[in-house]
Amino acid sequence: MSTQHVMNDEPVRADGPVILEMRSITKEFPGVKALSDVSLTVKAGEIHAICGENGAGKSTLMKVLSGVYPYGTYDGDIVYQGRTVHFRDIRSSEEAGIAIIHQELALIPELSITENIFLGNEPTRWGAIDWITAKKTALELLARVGLREDPDTLIKNIGVGKQQLVEIAKALSKSVKLLILDEPTAALNEADSQHLLDLIRGLKGKGITSIMISHKLNEIEQVADSITIIRDGKTIETLDAVRDGVNEDRIIRGMVGRSLESRFPDHVPRIGEVFFEVRDWNVQHPQVTERMVVKNSSLTVRRGEIVGIAGLMGAGRTELAMSIFGRSYGTFLSGRMFKDGKEIELRNVAEAIDHGLAYVSEDRKALGLNLLDDVKRLIVSAKLSKISAGPVVNDGKEYSIAEGYRTSLRIKTPTVDSGVSKLSGGNQQKVVLAKWMFTDPDLLILDEPTRGIDVGAKYEIYGIIQNLAAQGKGVILISSELPELLGLADRIYTVFEGAITDCIPAAEADPETLMKSMTSARKKVRS
Amino acid sequence: MTTETTTTSEARSARKLFGGGNLRQFGILFSLIAIILLFQYLTNGLTLSSGNLINLVSQYSYILILAIGMVIVIIAGHIDLSVGSVAAFVGIVVATSMKDWNLPWPLAILFGLFVGMLIGAWQGWWVAFVGVPAFIVTLAGMLIFRGGNQLIGNANTVPVPPGFTTIGSGYLPEVGPYTGYNNLTLLLGLIIVIAVIWREIRARRVQRIMGSTPSPLWASVVKVVLLNAVVVYASFLFAGGRTGTSFPVSGIILGVLVLVYSFVTRNTIFGRHVYAVGGNKLAAELSGVKSRRINFLVMMNMSILAALAGMIFVARSVASGPQDGLSWELDAIAAVFIGGAAVSGGIGTVTGSIIGGLVMAVLNNGLQLLGVGSDRVQIIKGLVLLLAVGVDVWNKKQGRPSILGFMTRNRKTTPAPDEAPMVVPDSGTPDTARPPASMPS
Amino acid sequence: MSVFRSSLNYLAGQLRQIGLFIALIAIVIFFQVATNGITLKPINVTNLIVQNSYILILAVGMVMVIIAGHIDLSVGSVVAFVGAMSGVMITQWNVPWWLAIILCLGVGALVGMWQGFWIAYFGIPAFIVTLAGMLTFRGLTQIALQNKQISPFPDEFRALGSGFLPDLGGGTSAVEPLTLGIGIIATLFLVLKGIRQRRARAKYDVEDEPFAWFLTKLVFTAAMILGITYLLASYRGTPIVLIVLGVLIVVYASVMSNSVFGRHIYAIGGNLNAAALSGIKTKRVTFMLFVNMGVISALAGLVFTAQLNLANPKAGDGFELDAIAAVFIGGAAVTGGIGTVTGAIIGGFIIGLLNNGMSILGVGTEYQQLIKGLVLLGAVAFDVYNKRRSGGR
Repeated sequence: MSTQHVMNDEPVRADGPVILEMRSITKEFPGVKALSDVSLTVKAGEIHAICGENGAGKSTLMKVLSGVYPYGTYDGDIVYQGRTVHFRDIRSSEEAGIAIIHQELALIPELSITENIFLGNEPTRWGAIDWITAKKTALELLARVGLREDPDTLIKNIGVGKQQLVEIAKALSKSVKLLILDEPTAALNEADSQHLLDLIRGLKGKGITSIMISHKLNEIEQVADSITIIRDGKTIETLDAVRDGVNEDRIIRGMVGRSLESRFPDHVPRIGEVFFEVRDWNVQHPQVTERMVVKNSSLTVRRGEIVGIAGLMGAGRTELAMSIFGRSYGTFLSGRMFKDGKEIELRNVAEAIDHGLAYVSEDRKALGLNLLDDVKRLIVSAKLSKISAGPVVNDGKEYSIAEGYRTSLRIKTPTVDSGVSKLSGGNQQKVVLAKWMFTDPDLLILDEPTRGIDVGAKYEIYGIIQNLAAQGKGVILISSELPELLGLADRIYTVFEGAITDCIPAAEADPETLMKSMTSARKKVRS
Repeated sequence: MTTETTTTSEARSARKLFGGGNLRQFGILFSLIAIILLFQYLTNGLTLSSGNLINLVSQYSYILILAIGMVIVIIAGHIDLSVGSVAAFVGIVVATSMKDWNLPWPLAILFGLFVGMLIGAWQGWWVAFVGVPAFIVTLAGMLIFRGGNQLIGNANTVPVPPGFTTIGSGYLPEVGPYTGYNNLTLLLGLIIVIAVIWREIRARRVQRIMGSTPSPLWASVVKVVLLNAVVVYASFLFAGGRTGTSFPVSGIILGVLVLVYSFVTRNTIFGRHVYAVGGNKLAAELSGVKSRRINFLVMMNMSILAALAGMIFVARSVASGPQDGLSWELDAIAAVFIGGAAVSGGIGTVTGSIIGGLVMAVLNNGLQLLGVGSDRVQIIKGLVLLLAVGVDVWNKKQGRPSILGFMTRNRKTTPAPDEAPMVVPDSGTPDTARPPASMPS
Repeated sequence: MSVFRSSLNYLAGQLRQIGLFIALIAIVIFFQVATNGITLKPINVTNLIVQNSYILILAVGMVMVIIAGHIDLSVGSVVAFVGAMSGVMITQWNVPWWLAIILCLGVGALVGMWQGFWIAYFGIPAFIVTLAGMLTFRGLTQIALQNKQISPFPDEFRALGSGFLPDLGGGTSAVEPLTLGIGIIATLFLVLKGIRQRRARAKYDVEDEPFAWFLTKLVFTAAMILGITYLLASYRGTPIVLIVLGVLIVVYASVMSNSVFGRHIYAIGGNLNAAALSGIKTKRVTFMLFVNMGVISALAGLVFTAQLNLANPKAGDGFELDAIAAVFIGGAAVTGGIGTVTGAIIGGFIIGLLNNGMSILGVGTEYQQLIKGLVLLGAVAFDVYNKRRSGGR
């Protein structure tokens, strides 16, 4: 820690010493400004929650703090325990007593609890790992986090809830002073979540400060001492739980408070009759058999209708969509599907495409695009048979079709011959939309179609979506951005923990009611 | 899934019997016993005769030595196809160094290990620091070092001096009064018996210290008695061979390696980091593991062991030739997979691979005793490799442990899902696809 | 000035391709000098093509496998096995040579189905399955041949490997007319195809290739083909295997660029998950890919056996390396999704030139192995390095 130096101008606050102050943090990724001028002040011994919609920049902020994005890749200062610190990597932040528990757990499934707790930090005696000390310490740590498991148990043999506790034990083993938890309860059930929250409160009693990112507002209301709200990469406000009398509604107002005017093209919906229906849909997690990712969900789509699905990350939106799309996610358990009045069964993606379904994935790079391909080949890739005579692809048609979409969707690319990897996110997304429009679908499922896309391109994509609906196609729109749903959808389903909790006509919906149905299980489904 | 839980509890009790030892290794051990009994029957008792057992250890110790290195490579998520060529190359270098430079044989052995280290550093550099996949690097290495072998030996065989041959064809000497058995071998057996007992006692003491419920006393006793019975039987077989033969020196080298590497993989930071890198590289790096260095060392270690295996082989055949080490990589890789390692990395043990190596050795030896031609031996080995990996892949699909799970699987318990999920959005994380770590979230 | 700069930018983008051609020319010149002009003698050019045809054939199959993100280590053993089967069929079972060829291609398909099943439907990594196949089929070869060699083969069969098209000049003309004709037609065909493609691309306004560069490429290709034609024609004319090879290249180049199957292979290698979510039956494509590889290996085995007039239990040793190296030299990526048939063929020519040049120079097989190993390593390292640089990591 040679780079540290003492700062003397530390502001002194009446209600407890400040352990951490992040000042004017700005972090840019190629093409995106993830954080602009964000500030955060955390007092010693408190539980500080950070709230914001998906993509608001919470996780990025925490990665800056923990050294995942090292000093020099961001602008601004981090003042920790009265000193300006420059973390070069995770190690240096850990040495300073900051431990982060990532959304994606950093555990090795094939190693035991003990081995995972001490990974990278093994106690040794004469060069060999001192397993007896390690296990004893592990037992103590497990007792502190309230996990009663044999420390020899392999990580893969315990549930996600317990794994989360092991992560906390791992952090405690490094004598942590500031614990960062990124969505710690996202994958946990009610009981496990409660246990975890109690644990965090217990740690607070022992003087450990926690920063917690969570979407579950009821949990924040329950444990947080202060709350910082981030929106669009900017700090909006910091609330004090006691002084400001914080409740869920108050937080929601901060999170969604932005104007909706004129961000959506004008459009008059022409809605026909119901042509697609899913009844009592149940899907299991592909690996964890006891976990249901979609529970008893039913939904309908009318011709020309844009149906919104609102839910927080991990609520089961994507799981629902992908399982409908030819069972491409999870283990299908039960449920029926109807299209144009007939019951259909889609056992794989090819059958789904043949029945006129299309799915635009939320993860464009991993699931949507072959980044090695060029624009024209990508556009025709989901239905090559349309431009093929037998096995031979007609490349003349390919050009003219690609050219057609390039002009009609205004895809900004030098030529349709260019590689998609060179396009901006918005134009890549248009290519993906073109690819699915080319399959002549009746129902398009769009999963976060505007994620990571700049404002101008968003507007154009909204126009494309409305056009599709105007042509009489059904659209299911999954989005984390409530304004987007409110601006586009005709009807909105809310999803919480795998189940559909509500169905609200767009005219009656507002951000607050949606957020309430997205964050709690009260079930009052209207149709 | 109620049936699921019953099998798990059965498995747990079986594991208790073997003192917390790995369930999977029990299954592998079972297949070793099965194959020994099979060949014992097919060869009319020749397999477990003194002469054959001694021969088996000295002739196939190379497979076991390679298996030790290979399991570490495979745990780290790589593969090494060059081991046969590296062994042949080092063999010829060492033989030539003794013949042409008159290097004394102990120095020559050190020199050979050093050459192995250099080769390993070369291959490790490409794998770890340049990022070329190990199978390409070692496929190239397979050619390069085979060529190097022929280059140095002019495609001829090079004889080695008698002192050197001890490591390949030497035996424990006759010491003390005449007993009709080799005394040192019996002594070795006795030491192992005591070690087994001591280890069990120590394990129970540790369990008590840790406050975990120790396995029942009878289980410990049964385990110790069974193991020691095998040890005693084997030592009498080894000690009772033709006069002048006894437990081979190569077997002792092997034993030391097994002890050292079991310790390294289980009890050193390096060993645990190998598992971490192979199991989840990203998570390991987030925990401060230097994955590049680990990969480099893993590849280097493999070549050093290949060098040792090559020297022992040369010492046994009294000369180094251009055909040494052909398709050794297959024996080693098959041994490791039979021993319960996973193709995807992160799983495997030295003990398991040694047992897997013994399976391959017994297989080679038994087929040889039966006079099966080299053509059929190749086919059988190819199928065994396919089977070993197939079982691993199959069990992963079923979410079950390796070979034992395969054998004890109750057919009606877990119906496999009709269709495995096509897309696993982000393996390892419980939720659906998430943007990669480098993206803003 | 800006035109010049943009063409320079274009060329920088094509660095990989240009580098490949420059490497090819450099190697030709090097060996031409080192062998005192033997390399480009008509007889040697003929030999070069005939003797390395098996590498080129295997490279065509291998590049498809590698584009899909797999590997095949068993091709050498399959070559030997099919060679052995052809020998057994023709000399022991008295199967007519043409039927034997068809049956042997069928054997190749069966081999491919066996391996493809384990890889595609069972999910065992290809390198394990084909490593096992390398052993298994070597063993089967020895069983089929009972560790003996089979020779000779009937002349019709041998023609597949070492025959020539009939000499229309009656053996008297300095330059054989049929070969000349084929060469000129092939050149015209390529030139016309190039012009047509350019025109089609111009029609959709996607042409970004500078005209000068297009012309250079066209002239260079035409000169190369005509040069080879002239050299072949002044020796014994067109080797039959060159016709086989030509058909193979044309067919597979268009399969990979213009067929549904080819597109699916690129899609699988580029992003397996995205391919599956686009409705591609990934397992079936993988299976078919290995069946195809089996048939191509069988063809290479037939050509090789016919050329040596010998079925030999040791045949095909190390062929997988030649083929894999050719593919990577030809610009394929280890991670899959990238590669072309043409590239693999040029890579195969480079390997062939190395083989040929080194034998003329009397370089021992041991050195040859060593050098080929280094070339393989270098080719892949170049790819990895390039990717890392462009990936910015």
